[in-house]
Amino acid sequence: MSVAAPPEARAALEENVTVLGAARGYFDKVKAGDVGSLPVILGMVIITIIFTAKVNVFFTAVNFNNLIVQMAPIALIAIGVVFVLLLGEIDLSIGYVSGLCGVCVAWFQDPGTGHHVPGLIAIALAIILGALIGLLQGSFVALIGVPSFVVTLAGLLAWQGVIIKWIGSQAAIGIQDKYVNDTANYFLTKTASWVVAAIISVGFAVTSVAGLIARRRAGLPLGNPALAAIRVCFVAVIALGATAISNHDRGLPLAGLIVVAMLVFWTFIARRTTFGRHVYSVGGNAEAARRAGISVPFIRIVVFMISGAMAALGGVLFAARLSGVDLTAGGGSILLDAIAAAVIGGTSLFGGRGRVVGALLGALVIRTIANGLGLLGSSSATEYIITGVILLAAVTLDTVSRRRLERSGG
Amino acid sequence: MSATPPTLELRGVSKAFGPVQALEDVDFEVRDGEVMALVGDNGAGKSTLIKSVAGIHPFDSGEVLFDEKPVHISGPKEAARLGIEVVYQDLALCDNLDVVQNMYLGREAHDLLYRLRETEMERRTADTLKTLAVTTIASTRQTVATLSGGQRQSVAVARAVMWNSRVVILDEPTAALGVAQTRQVLELVKRLAEQGLAVVLISHNLYDVFEVATRITVLRLGRVVGVYETAQTNQQEIVSAITAGVATKISGPGDEQVET
Repeated sequence: MSVAAPPEARAALEENVTVLGAARGYFDKVKAGDVGSLPVILGMVIITIIFTAKVNVFFTAVNFNNLIVQMAPIALIAIGVVFVLLLGEIDLSIGYVSGLCGVCVAWFQDPGTGHHVPGLIAIALAIILGALIGLLQGSFVALIGVPSFVVTLAGLLAWQGVIIKWIGSQAAIGIQDKYVNDTANYFLTKTASWVVAAIISVGFAVTSVAGLIARRRAGLPLGNPALAAIRVCFVAVIALGATAISNHDRGLPLAGLIVVAMLVFWTFIARRTTFGRHVYSVGGNAEAARRAGISVPFIRIVVFMISGAMAALGGVLFAARLSGVDLTAGGGSILLDAIAAAVIGGTSLFGGRGRVVGALLGALVIRTIANGLGLLGSSSATEYIITGVILLAAVTLDTVSRRRLERSGG
Repeated sequence: MSATPPTLELRGVSKAFGPVQALEDVDFEVRDGEVMALVGDNGAGKSTLIKSVAGIHPFDSGEVLFDEKPVHISGPKEAARLGIEVVYQDLALCDNLDVVQNMYLGREAHDLLYRLRETEMERRTADTLKTLAVTTIASTRQTVATLSGGQRQSVAVARAVMWNSRVVILDEPTAALGVAQTRQVLELVKRLAEQGLAVVLISHNLYDVFEVATRITVLRLGRVVGVYETAQTNQQEIVSAITAGVATKISGPGDEQVET
C-alpha cells in the first residue's frame, strides 16, 4: 500500500470529517447499544450549573479540591466494578473489602507494634489482600459456578465480621504514617500541578496523533479526525482547567492524580491488550469466547482480583482521609455509590459494554450531588432520592438501548 | 478424485454422554477441494461429531487421522493448530465486538507486552473479506450487532478461513437466512472448496446439499448409514436413509428428476 490513502479511505474521510458526520457516527453507536459518555458529561454540566447558581461556595477552589478527594476512593472502587460488570457479573463485597483493606493498612503501619512496616509496604500488603479476596471469591464463581451475586453477598457479610474481629476492643486504629495519609491529604505544588496537567494533555494528544498516523500508514480509513481533535481539546481543557482551579487553593490533590493514573492504566489494559479484549468477549458471549479457546474461568478470576485490588486501593484512600479506621469501615453507602458510579458512567449491567473512564464520570456525578446538596443544607434523604432517580435513569437508558439493539440486530 | 487421500479421517469413533450413546463406531472422511455434506435427523449425532472434531469434547474411542497421520485433538486450540475450523450454527460471534475483533477472537495479534496490533488485524480482515468477495460489509469497525444474518454468516466463515485452515466445518449455515442470503452463503461455500479447502457442510436442507456437496454422509442414531456420491444419488434415497436408516432404492418422481 502506497503512502496515499486508498480511495475508499479518502471517501470515508470526506464523509466523516464534518461535525454532521460525527453526529451521525455517534447516532450509529447509540443504535449499536453504546450510549457512550455524552449523556453523563451533559448531566455533569447541568448539575454543575444548578449548584453554582444556588450555592455561593460550590464553585470555589477549596470545594473543588474537597470534591476531588471525596470522589477519588469511590472512583477507584468503581473502576474494579466496571470490569466485573463487563463480564455481566456483580461484586457486592467491595464495600467491606475496601474497609477490611483499610483496616489492614492501618494495622500494618501501626507504630510501636511488632508488625510495624513502612507505609508504602502497608499499602502494597492491603492491595495484595484485596486481590487475594478477589481470587477466593472469583474461584467460587468461575470454577464452581456459584452465582457471583451470592458469593459476594456472603463476602459482604463475612468481611464485615472480619473487620469487627480484627479491630477488636480497640474500636479504632489511628494512622500516623505520612505516606499512607498523603494518598488523600497531599497536594502537589502549583508548578508540579501545571507540569502534570501539561504532560497529561500532550501525552493524550501524542497518543491520538500516533494512532492516526499508524492507520494512515497501513492504508486504513481514518475514522473521524474531527472527533479525535475534539477529544484531544476536551482532555486538555479539563486537565488545564482543573489545574487552574486547584491552584487557587493548594494545588492538585494527589488523590486525583492516583485516580487519573489508574484510569490510564486500566483503560490501556481494557482497550489495548489481549486480556482486555477477552474480558469484553466473555461479557458479550461467554460461549463464543470459550470456543475461541479463551480460558473463561481465568478471565473471571482475574477480573474479581482486579475488583478486590481496586476496592483495597479505594479503602486505603478512605482510611487516609479519616487518618484512621473504626468499626464502621467499609460501611455506609460505599458499595452502592461505587456500583451506581459504574452504571451511571455508562457500563451496561448486561455485560460487554462500558468504559473504564465511566467510573470517574459516574463517581463525579454522585459525589457532586452529595457535595452540592450538603452545602445547600439538604438532608441526606434528598441526596438518596436524587441519586436513586439518576441511577434509575442510567439503567433505563442502558436497558432501552439494549432492547433497541436486539430488535435491529436480531 | 478418489485417488487423493482424505484430509481428515475418523475411524470407528464413539462418544457417550452418560447413558446416551451419541456416536457409535463412526467412520467419516473429507478431502481437499470437496464439499462433504453431513446429514441426519435431529439427535443423529451431527453436532456431537463436529464438536468432538473441534476439540470441545474429545471422542471416547476411535482414531482421528489428519493428513493420514493419527492425531489427538485435546482442545479447540489443538484443532485450530491442525487447521480445523468450525462455523457453528449460532456463529459464536460476540455482538458487542466489531468485525475485526471477532475475526481475531482468541487469536489476537499482539507484541511481547500483549499489546494488540490493531492496524495489522484490521488490514488482514479487510484483505480476507476481499478474497472471499464479501462486499456487503461497509466497515470492519462496526459492531456485529449491526450486521444482517447473511453478513454475520460471512464474518463467521471468513474468520474460519483466515487461519490457513485446511478443513472448514459449517453447521447449518443457511438455516436462519432468506432466499437471497442463502444464495450468497452457498456461493461462498463453493468458493471455499474451489480454493482447495476441505469443507464439511451440515444441513437439513437437501436442496442446499445437492446444490453444493460432492458427497453426502448420512448419520442416523449415532451410526453411519452410508456415504453417497451426490451425482449418483437423489433426494428420495437420502431421505429414506435419514429416516429409515436403510438405503432402499425407491423409484419415484424424485428419482426421475435427478436422472433427467
